[in-house]
Amino acid sequence: MRKNTLLFLIAGIILLLLFPVFLPRFYVYLLSIILLYGLLATSLNIVLGYGGIFQFHHAVFYGVGAYGTALMLTKTAMPAILAFIVGPLVASALGFILGIICIRLSKLYFGMLQISLGSLVWAIVYRWYSFTGGDDGIHGIPIPEMLSSYIGAYYYTLIITAVCIFLIFKIINSPFGSALQGIRDNPVRSEMIGINVKRHQILALTIAGFFAGVAGSLFVVVDNTVFPDMLFWTLSLEILIMCLLGGWFSFMGPMLGAGVIVALRTFVSTYTVYWALVLGVLMIFVIFFLPNGILGYFEERFKKVFMGSEIKE
Amino acid sequence: MLEVVGISKSFDGFKAVNNAHLSVEKGEIVAVIGPNGAGKTTLFNLITGIIKPDSGRVLFNNEDITGLPPYKICRKHISRSFQIVNVFQRLTVFENVQISILSREKKTWNLFSPSKSFVVKETETILENVGLINKKERITAFLSHGDRKVLEIAMALGGSPEFLILDEPTAGMAPEETSHCIELIKTLSKTMGLTILFCEHDMEIVFRIANRIMVMVRGSTVIQGSCNEVRCNEAVQNAYLGGSDVCLM
Ligand SMILES: Nc1ncnc2c1ncn2[C@@H]1O[C@H](COP(=O)(O)OP(=O)(O)OP(=O)(O)O)[C@@H](O)[C@H]1O
Ligand SMILES: [Mg+2]
Repeated sequence: MRKNTLLFLIAGIILLLLFPVFLPRFYVYLLSIILLYGLLATSLNIVLGYGGIFQFHHAVFYGVGAYGTALMLTKTAMPAILAFIVGPLVASALGFILGIICIRLSKLYFGMLQISLGSLVWAIVYRWYSFTGGDDGIHGIPIPEMLSSYIGAYYYTLIITAVCIFLIFKIINSPFGSALQGIRDNPVRSEMIGINVKRHQILALTIAGFFAGVAGSLFVVVDNTVFPDMLFWTLSLEILIMCLLGGWFSFMGPMLGAGVIVALRTFVSTYTVYWALVLGVLMIFVIFFLPNGILGYFEERFKKVFMGSEIKE
Repeated sequence: MLEVVGISKSFDGFKAVNNAHLSVEKGEIVAVIGPNGAGKTTLFNLITGIIKPDSGRVLFNNEDITGLPPYKICRKHISRSFQIVNVFQRLTVFENVQISILSREKKTWNLFSPSKSFVVKETETILENVGLINKKERITAFLSHGDRKVLEIAMALGGSPEFLILDEPTAGMAPEETSHCIELIKTLSKTMGLTILFCEHDMEIVFRIANRIMVMVRGSTVIQGSCNEVRCNEAVQNAYLGGSDVCLM
């Protein structure tokens, strides 16, 4: 079974590496977007699926990461690589600060406060014309030569996403990841076995903010623009649905969810303007028929086939 | 070892624990008994920091631990199990105990090493001691109630406690599970030298394992003494043992 997984992984990577050779420009662009959204959804799932924290407004960190990178590239003469590091670091610092403020509230109340504070950040970006470009955003961001072609951007996105997904995987399977999952299942018990619950949650939020920021900086490379909608709450809702649809208790679930949602959005919006409606109906189906998401559903089927009756106990 | 002095706690004016006293010496097994709603669980929550007392003090090894958060109390080597099963549902039996040990060893800040390779031996030893080693790969949610109660104790042991608090350890267990659990508690006390504080409704179990008994009624301590002192106490008989004459001597 392990060997199969590895083969799948290698086949997948080779396929992803070869795509730009035979796919037209638009699809390569779409694939880049799927990858970075997948990273974004996976970063949310660190705190959502593995941490049990209702981070409702995750797009803020994505947007701040993107703006951080974009502003560094346009307003300073510092080396580009620094911009790609500073963006995520700012996002992660924001994750830390919002985390400290919100974590005193539990469950849904955390989510509520997080939405309001996140919207505040959005409002600042939206209003501060002189610095952020207001509702116009920033266009034509200068990107280093190597990454400025659509193929360069694709490979950059692919590599960074792969590295980040690998790092997140390591974190989830580390002692910290175990503790985080324990906290998700039972915070009171976790405290009682000596875990400082709030500190672990804040670190998780900081980490999630960082990787969301990385996804934001990838968008700058792929699209050369940033705009305030990147940290609007509707995007947060979409990321949340990616996690739920793909499966928030499966590691690759959010990535799959991102693929489905981005592809669907692209094709649906050529036929109708009612994308939100389609999304809503889709969500109802997921909640009723696939409570563990697509990947969760298949994992369960898989277990049943391979272990027979054992799962029933 | 543990000294609870005049502790009180009310919820919206209702005095759940009202000036309760308790003392536990090193190596003892002390039982807290009392009717439903007497405040036993609340007393344990007060000792372990899950709720903060309105007044009174908790001393552990002569150190004032009143009102400390649970994770700090745990680091003083006080562990507990819960009356209502409180485990990590989505994780395996092994992981449940492993996290407890990781936490004690302060390894939970490690971000990049695979946790699979940590404290495996110790986790397995504990699972072996409590008799759950055959089920270590099971997801906790699929365990029987009795097994989950035992897992509760196993998790508490992961903190390598000196002082163990068990809230109705055998409640809801099948008879053979109950006797297994009683043997386990006795072993913990004898071979590992743990000091144990527990509460229990089944009088037979209480008299079989406890050295001393504290009787609680409506949040207050009625008496704390040896099994026989408690059995012969008139107030206890009236309030709790139903007035029947169970005095042995
Ligand atoms: N968090 C709380 N809020 C309000 N009331 C509470 C709370 N916790 C306990 N109580 C009340 O305090 C009283 C004592 O409860 P407690 O659980 O300590 O009793 P107990 O002796 O453990 O009972 P049992 O034998 O049924 O477990 C009960 O009347 C209960 O309703
Ligand atoms: Mg109780």
